[in-house]
Amino acid sequence: MSHLSRFTSYKHDSAILPTTTQRVWFGILILTGALLPLYLVSLIDGRSWLILFATAFVAAIGAIGLNIITGFAGQVSLGQAFFIGVGAYTATALGSPAVLGPDGAVELIGFDLGMVIWLPAAGLVAALAGVIIAPIAFRLEGLYLALVTLGLVFVGAHVFRNWTALTGGVGKGREAAELSVLGYRFDLDSQILGFSITREQQIYWVMLVILIVMAVLAKNLVRSKDGRAFAAIRDRGVAAELMGVNQTKYKTLAFAISSFYAGITGALLFTVTGFIEPTSFNLLLSIAYIAMVVIGGLASIAGSIMGALFIILLPKLIDLLFLGDVIDAVIGWIPGLGSQTGDAPLTSAQIERILFGVLIVVFLIVEPLGLNGIWIRIRNYWKAFPFSY
Amino acid sequence: MISGGLDFGVTMGAFSIETSRFLQAVVEGIALAGIYTLIAIGFVIIYKSTQVLSFAQPALLIMGAYMASYVSITLGFGFWVGIAVAVVLSGAVGYLTERAVLRPMVGKPVFAVAILTIGLDIAIRVVVGDLIGVSSRAIGTPTSEGFGAPSLPWGSTPVRIGDAGGLGGVVIQPRVFAIVFTAVVAVGLLLIFFNRSRWGLAMRGSSFDQEVALAQGVNVGRVASLAWIIGGSLAGVAGVLAATSFTGLSQSSFLIALKALPVVVVGGLDSIGGAIAGALIIGFSESFTSSYQSQYFPWLGDNFSQVVPYLVMVIVLIFRPYGISGTKDVERI
Repeated sequence: MSHLSRFTSYKHDSAILPTTTQRVWFGILILTGALLPLYLVSLIDGRSWLILFATAFVAAIGAIGLNIITGFAGQVSLGQAFFIGVGAYTATALGSPAVLGPDGAVELIGFDLGMVIWLPAAGLVAALAGVIIAPIAFRLEGLYLALVTLGLVFVGAHVFRNWTALTGGVGKGREAAELSVLGYRFDLDSQILGFSITREQQIYWVMLVILIVMAVLAKNLVRSKDGRAFAAIRDRGVAAELMGVNQTKYKTLAFAISSFYAGITGALLFTVTGFIEPTSFNLLLSIAYIAMVVIGGLASIAGSIMGALFIILLPKLIDLLFLGDVIDAVIGWIPGLGSQTGDAPLTSAQIERILFGVLIVVFLIVEPLGLNGIWIRIRNYWKAFPFSY
Repeated sequence: MISGGLDFGVTMGAFSIETSRFLQAVVEGIALAGIYTLIAIGFVIIYKSTQVLSFAQPALLIMGAYMASYVSITLGFGFWVGIAVAVVLSGAVGYLTERAVLRPMVGKPVFAVAILTIGLDIAIRVVVGDLIGVSSRAIGTPTSEGFGAPSLPWGSTPVRIGDAGGLGGVVIQPRVFAIVFTAVVAVGLLLIFFNRSRWGLAMRGSSFDQEVALAQGVNVGRVASLAWIIGGSLAGVAGVLAATSFTGLSQSSFLIALKALPVVVVGGLDSIGGAIAGALIIGFSESFTSSYQSQYFPWLGDNFSQVVPYLVMVIVLIFRPYGISGTKDVERI
């Protein structure tokens, strides 16, 4: 690294934003993020853009969580969908009012508490679930977490489908918790100091603020002793153990934190659409989060955010770049596929899933550091410009 | 499960309804176990030769089954051509996977390779899922020659044992015989291959220690390719056999390959004998749950049997983390 000489102390080297340039860039990025809604709202499809960005910010929290266990601690988890589900239902059970049936019996559990309670509770309950499952997955080294969490997704999906008092049941679902703090509703249009603010703008800002808080906390975690322990376990478990890192303890910690982040994502994700369908928490959702982490960049917080933005904005990207037509042309020759042969062409949701898979494979082989790695390479190229070597 | 067709009318003494139900669950369990065995052995062979846990097996399985259905029914070449194409093609895709996608990842972290196979799986699965379409497809039967697919799968001349005036009796579909036969033959051939042939010896050698095998002149790369070909073909055969059931081949047929992962864990990741034992345990737990759970534990919900394999896996991981016959890891720095 070319900037070695600029660090004069360890504290300086491990700072979250060590250089002035980085601090300035970080400030500009946050400012752009904060001011973007003022522009987006003027677009014709501004509402959908705002909602997409807000969803991406929420997804980024879950992606950061998955990156902590997979990217930093090196344990593959397929269980993100399950923990998102746990977070979502904890939040909605605590945050929305109980629904009574015609005979006065409780049809849907609900406690009608505020966001200050249901948001952290969603994270904590998910983390608790993680701590309960961890001992089973971490008895052995290797890919056992992937296997246990794979099972977890299916068992969880079964529970969500059948526990109708909590989830409302398949095809019925239930409403998500209300996005409000101390009586102030973020999910309604409002007026502040004479400016009119739309519902979508408010949701955008709330999600942005929560994402920034969660991202800074994660960044702080991975530069600490715990973060170094995670990396040591990932790079060589036995060696880490010999240096005094208690593998089971730190793997459990990483898994709990990862589940906490997933829980927060679950709690917020459905406040945007306002509705939770119990079949949402399937393996595909987990794979979407794996795609975010791999495409964004393993072991990188900024990468997780880039990956989440990329995956959530992918449908728009497919439209803009006519990727649907490209894929159609590539696999259209297979009889039965593609519009050329007159059979059922791929829907945009299917194209999205194919891209998840293809991009995971391509990034892992060609650019294991993900979008973050591409960014670092571009940055280093211009740093030394015109001496590119 | 009673279908039209010939009643062999084998009289072996009538069974009561309860006995019939129990034996029927045993029969279904054996059928499931046969399919699980084929998939699980694929997992084990790939894992032993390349240390890769392949999450791409579901895709190979559903692709093989689709190719069989396409060749045998849509193109009308008949069942045997269909199954041959399925075996060859899923083996070929396994080979391509290893050469194009996994070879560049040699030496990369295990978790990265596992994620890569997940990506591969979803990409192939979505394409095949679209090819299958929303309604399920038939796979054909050995008795149908060329066009003219029969309406019921596998000829449907079930063997009935112990029928008492239509009240009891065990129905054994021909597919159960086919599954057991295929599983036994496949395991037998593989055992002969591993114990008697040069390539089998090379595979055993390189799974024992890759570097030593290399030094003895074993082409470890080819061994890895061969493992993926075998793993892919086994998944393809398993897919065809799974699709001979009444539900046929649908977009969700791949789930059976994911349920074979608990089989591998229960049996131990690196043992073929363990895979068979695991397949029997998981197959029976699933079939017995499916016939008794709705009566005794209805509150567990519909289709609870589908999650039983995972629950069994969790129980085994708690009490016997290395599976029934897996070897304990001893690691050196």
